[in-house]
Amino acid sequence: MADRILLAHGSGGKLAHDLVQKMFVDVLGNPILAKLDDAAVFTASGRLAFTTDSYVVTPIFFPGGDIGKLAVCGTVNDLAMSGARPLYLSLSFIIEEGFSQKDLEEIVNSVKEATDEAGVTIVTGDTKVVDQGSVDKLYINTAGVGAVAPGLNISGSNAQPGDEVLLSGPIGDHGIAVMSKREGFSFSTKLESDCAPLNDMVADMLAASSNIHCLRDPTRGGLATTLNELAKQSEIKIIIEEERLPVRDEVLAACEMLGFDPLYVANEGKLVAVVAAPDAERVLNTMRKTRYGKEAVILGEVVEGDSGRVVMKTHLGATRIVDMLVGDLLPRIC
Amino acid sequence: MKFLSEFRDAGLAKGVVSQIHRRSKTPARFMEFCGGHTATILRYGIRQVLPATIEMLSGPGCPVCVTANADLDKAIALAQMPGVIVTTFGDMLKVPGSHSSLQKIKAEGADVRMVYSTMDAIHIAEENPSKRVVFLGIGFETTAPTVAASILYAEEKYLKNYYVLSTHKLCPPVIKALLASGEVNLDGLICPGHVSAVIGSRAWDFIARDYAIPCVVSGFEPLDVLQCVDMLVTQVEEGNSKVEIAYRRGVRPEGNPEALRLMHEVFEPCPAQWRGMGTIPDSGLKLRSTYQRFDAECAFDIDPGPTREPQGCICGDILRGVKTPLDCRLFGNSCTPEDPVGPCMVSSEGSCATYYLYGRNSGR
Amino acid sequence: MCLAIPALIESIKNEEADVDMGGITRRISLRLTPQAKVGDYVIVHTGYAINILDQHEARETLKLFEQLAKAAEEER
Repeated sequence: MADRILLAHGSGGKLAHDLVQKMFVDVLGNPILAKLDDAAVFTASGRLAFTTDSYVVTPIFFPGGDIGKLAVCGTVNDLAMSGARPLYLSLSFIIEEGFSQKDLEEIVNSVKEATDEAGVTIVTGDTKVVDQGSVDKLYINTAGVGAVAPGLNISGSNAQPGDEVLLSGPIGDHGIAVMSKREGFSFSTKLESDCAPLNDMVADMLAASSNIHCLRDPTRGGLATTLNELAKQSEIKIIIEEERLPVRDEVLAACEMLGFDPLYVANEGKLVAVVAAPDAERVLNTMRKTRYGKEAVILGEVVEGDSGRVVMKTHLGATRIVDMLVGDLLPRIC
Repeated sequence: MKFLSEFRDAGLAKGVVSQIHRRSKTPARFMEFCGGHTATILRYGIRQVLPATIEMLSGPGCPVCVTANADLDKAIALAQMPGVIVTTFGDMLKVPGSHSSLQKIKAEGADVRMVYSTMDAIHIAEENPSKRVVFLGIGFETTAPTVAASILYAEEKYLKNYYVLSTHKLCPPVIKALLASGEVNLDGLICPGHVSAVIGSRAWDFIARDYAIPCVVSGFEPLDVLQCVDMLVTQVEEGNSKVEIAYRRGVRPEGNPEALRLMHEVFEPCPAQWRGMGTIPDSGLKLRSTYQRFDAECAFDIDPGPTREPQGCICGDILRGVKTPLDCRLFGNSCTPEDPVGPCMVSSEGSCATYYLYGRNSGR
Repeated sequence: MCLAIPALIESIKNEEADVDMGGITRRISLRLTPQAKVGDYVIVHTGYAINILDQHEARETLKLFEQLAKAAEEER
């Protein structure tokens, strides 16, 4: 049983201590975390952004990433979407008794890799182990703090008529990659999750233009849901063009097979930006120069009227309403 | 995707659209029988590019929508029995029965599993020998042969714990009943593409012959539907009524004989209850007595209790093409995809859901 | 309707085939189309091939669309 996580690993005793030291402190090592005090103490000044999210993805390992990478990228991206420069993260595990230590090690290594790439530091954490069956393998919660530049105002309620809507790349990769490994769906594909930290791209975009009004990452609920949120918050209408919508062949194929619309499939490494029209091309070119924005497009525009609505010009030149996701995405036969 | 994306090409669509505009002079009402066609028409905004002479009606061709409450109640009752796993397609999980839905009783602890294929249901039966695994069979002639195949697989594998609750329905009898009722006047019928892939375009001959209504079998890409409308318009303008195929890559006059053979080997026609249309003779499929041991109706003592229909819901009228979702007082108010009252709001190709999702006003 | 999409048969073993659908691969049953061969396109519904796609007819239909599109273009 040496290679399994036991209830005792979460009990606060010697085993727990060893686990924290070996598994977390040694791997994620930094002076603040290594102190192992009850709280992380650090210096920060000015405007701060603060966010939290829990990660319960199934399966925990998927093509292109795992729950550890996701837990870092998700929180880093939430900070970045408010215009913040992500600084510090917390990292909490809830682990099912009997979970493989080797798998945990792999997940923590992914956390390490993702934090290195994003340039953030894990400064505090927690581990709980619960009885078998109480959770499905392992859940992670991360919270993050980031610094927001003075005067910067990025918000979902800032979109204005005349703005352009930019998308950083093809949609649906994460949702389909994860689904391909899920029970009952089983199909195989070379497709990988797009899970990635977007803070560097956002920093470059903010440096290129001071007229970025909204930033948001279309995660669960997909692009359609995010655009609807922006339209409702800003009380404007968004028109997008089907012809410009980037979707990979594999995503399209899986969607056809399962009866999904790619607009509703999850992403974990994409962003939507609403930018004042004169700056749109510049921001687009900036995005395209970054690692995760090579396939960025101008997807549509913000217009007046029909407040809160998103419509799409179809290939045939007609228009249709794009609504939010309702309920779960379930595969269908008809 | 090959043999799919080409049939969505906007440039090619323009040619068909302009031909339809050139040809169509007489006002005509066409019914798309199949919910899949309704979805294509709304998703691509096809109504908006058609001339004003053409009116499109949605028909009862959504297997989820036409499933009667009584049948759903049976599936729900089965799933509440100890030691039973109910498997079905994702479509059926949210559909409300008289008192609950499969999704709701799953949350309450019932073992309900969504599958993509009947082969998955067979695997679940193999992996759970101590449980009784029931597959809730829904669908038309496209799906029924795949369920027949699963029963033959179960027989070959000597599986003793696999059962089918058959609520399968047949398309030609319901269209016949619809036309015989005289409730709807049609100038053309868009026949279902994948049903026809199995039963063949010849299955529609009686409509052209007995009712003098032009019939064209269509695929599900926008170009397929446009080509189909063009062919119907041509028949209307020339005063013809015959059966044609606008989906020749997928459908042959004789259909798929092997699929039909398997379907008839396992199933036989029976009267079936259709939501909004009552019981229609020979419009359902039940297991033949040879395969009775796989029949959930025989193997279990199912008592779902009395059936209750939702108040104020006009799904039945919508399915018959007599009314549209916009005529329903519940539509968009107390009946939404988040909280559906009737099945046409649940199925993503139900008329109500497609109207709701793809444009409450673009529906026409 | 019945959701069904074209897929290319890449290999066959007994009654099952591995098919490619635009970059995703899945195992399907050929029970309803026993005459299907490697290289055929089949129409797949719920994990079963329900028919063999007629590639010749598909190309003919597309040719027709191309002619119509050309004619429409010339009319302008």
